[in-house]
Amino acid sequence: MKTIYFDNNATTKVAEEVLEEIQPYFCELYGNPSSMHTFGGQVGIKIREAREKIAALLGCEPAEIIFTAGGTESDNTAIKGTLAAYPEKRKVITTRVEHPAVLSVCRELENQGYTLVEIGVDKYGRLDLSQLDEQLDEETAIVTIMFANNETGVIFPIEKIAEMVTAKGIVFHTDAVQAVGKVPINLSESGIDLLSLSGHKLHAPKGVGVLFVRKGTRLTPFMLGGHQEGGRRAGTENVPGIIGLGKACELAMCNFDEENKKVKYLRDKLEKKILEKCPDCMVNGDTENRLPNTTNISFEFIEGESILLMLDKFGICASSGSACTSGSLEPSHVLRAMGIPYTAAHGSIRFSLSRYNTEQEVDFTVEKLPPIISRLRELSPFVAK
Amino acid sequence: MWEYTDKVRDYFFNPRNVGEIENADGIGEVGSLACGDALKLTFKLDEKGKIADARFKTFGCASAIASSSALTEIIKGMTLEEAAKVTNKDIADFLGGLPEQKMHCSVMGREALEAAIENYRTGGTKKHQLEGRVVCVCFGVTEKEIERVIRDNNLTTVDEVTNYCKAGGGCGGCKGEIEKIIQRIQGDKLKEKAKTAPAKGHKLTNIQKIQLIQETINEQIRPTLRADGGNIDLIDVDGNKVVVALRGMCAQCALANITMRDLVEAKLREFVSDELVVEEAKDLADEQGKK
Repeated sequence: MKTIYFDNNATTKVAEEVLEEIQPYFCELYGNPSSMHTFGGQVGIKIREAREKIAALLGCEPAEIIFTAGGTESDNTAIKGTLAAYPEKRKVITTRVEHPAVLSVCRELENQGYTLVEIGVDKYGRLDLSQLDEQLDEETAIVTIMFANNETGVIFPIEKIAEMVTAKGIVFHTDAVQAVGKVPINLSESGIDLLSLSGHKLHAPKGVGVLFVRKGTRLTPFMLGGHQEGGRRAGTENVPGIIGLGKACELAMCNFDEENKKVKYLRDKLEKKILEKCPDCMVNGDTENRLPNTTNISFEFIEGESILLMLDKFGICASSGSACTSGSLEPSHVLRAMGIPYTAAHGSIRFSLSRYNTEQEVDFTVEKLPPIISRLRELSPFVAK
Repeated sequence: MWEYTDKVRDYFFNPRNVGEIENADGIGEVGSLACGDALKLTFKLDEKGKIADARFKTFGCASAIASSSALTEIIKGMTLEEAAKVTNKDIADFLGGLPEQKMHCSVMGREALEAAIENYRTGGTKKHQLEGRVVCVCFGVTEKEIERVIRDNNLTTVDEVTNYCKAGGGCGGCKGEIEKIIQRIQGDKLKEKAKTAPAKGHKLTNIQKIQLIQETINEQIRPTLRADGGNIDLIDVDGNKVVVALRGMCAQCALANITMRDLVEAKLREFVSDELVVEEAKDLADEQGKK
């Protein structure tokens, strides 16, 4: 059975070009980039090239790039490193819809005596900027707000927020793991101080990420040890991961407009056809400001895990905000923060596409999904016959 | 990805006895849309008093649908006396087992069966309702139900209770209470297990006391307030006087005094020391807000 992969906000396929690029760095060019000999040094040069490619995609200086083990480490480093650099400031501001890599960190800080403010969203998942503005004060050490939401794809007005925050002398961090490669970013013309990205969300391998740290930003290192990354992140570099991420960023940059246009076309077709063919369903989130690859659809009266399992039988991969899929008992914190009724939150399905999806895959899914929905509704006690 | 047995998958993809019996002898409805699963069970008796037909309609995940379908297969041909003895474990066993975190699906089946039998015995008048004191407000789970799953399945931890009946799986504010119910029922069995709860009664140093107060606020009090959009900060500890500030929704709440006494002070006395007195740092909170 062919796999139809519509779960690209969870992780993505490593691009063939990326795989080809990194293959020599396991058995042939395995030197340590910090070594004095040419064998290691040549790897150091490749890392420098990768750093330049990533900087080009983000519009920043190569020296502003720190390699990490992924998005979660970047987020942890940004938040804890800033707080350590500003020990006198005891307040952190974030949103109710952050990824756990940010939200769990912030809530743990609260247990350590920090004041935490979580900005809410409206029913379209849009941030309450006036609430944010009211909260910005001298006590605030850092504001951390995601660029785009992983569940709904809703994009926040990050440039505007960065301006608001940094104008008050507060450090601004954004978790951009879902946005990089899908939304144009130019950090040279931005107020963003810290930005996290993750390799495996843009066709690089898992286990590599980046924290952008604007020149002059105070940040206490999170990982101590050797002098790698200019002493800002110790540990021997994940050489294949970093080189792969460099290549992936180069690919994203080369085909940026064309690919995002194609992905958006497929996403829009998938969404439109599903809404046409399935009664009692709706799209969650602000469709005006949304990643081109994501759609989050709620199917009333049925439960997400059941839908996923039935899709799985056809090789179709998606994800759900239902409680049952997460191992927790409550549905997605993002949909709840938006005030989506529980009935719809339990039956929410996220399709997230990539450049590797095809129109045939969309057509196949649009054909298979409606009977699944009506089959499950036949089983549901909440649907009258 | 859940690891379901082949039988669970079979009963999910090919559910037996879907539907609703018209003029049923017994109807049992449990769960709700908000809780994420719900089951409507109907059965019809034959002239000998045995269950001739049983049908279900379920909103829920694969294991909820499979458990419901399994239940109907199990009880067909049983007398009501026999059916009344079916436990959640029978349902899970019938399916070759369920993932631990999905055991509540089998419990829902047993609850629906009980509700349907009761509905029949009261001549179709009585609908299922919560009996006794509600412990878990998030999922509407009563003390009686928690006791039942602990006894039926020999549970010894709060996490297990959450897996079996969802209690404690929402805001987490009732976990302390679930712990107590487990202790009451399982008693000696727990003594063998290492206890994490602090040994109250020991003379604490000041540092230990402050740490314990902070831990109690973090684990026992904050989750409950958070569920209502509120929050709490520990401001100071002076001897037995604990100064706290309520934040968020709690700060403006008309019931703040009750929250202070019945939640904050009660929990701190329970977990730290009976002698503690809680005071609200109203002025201090205002000052900090202005800074």
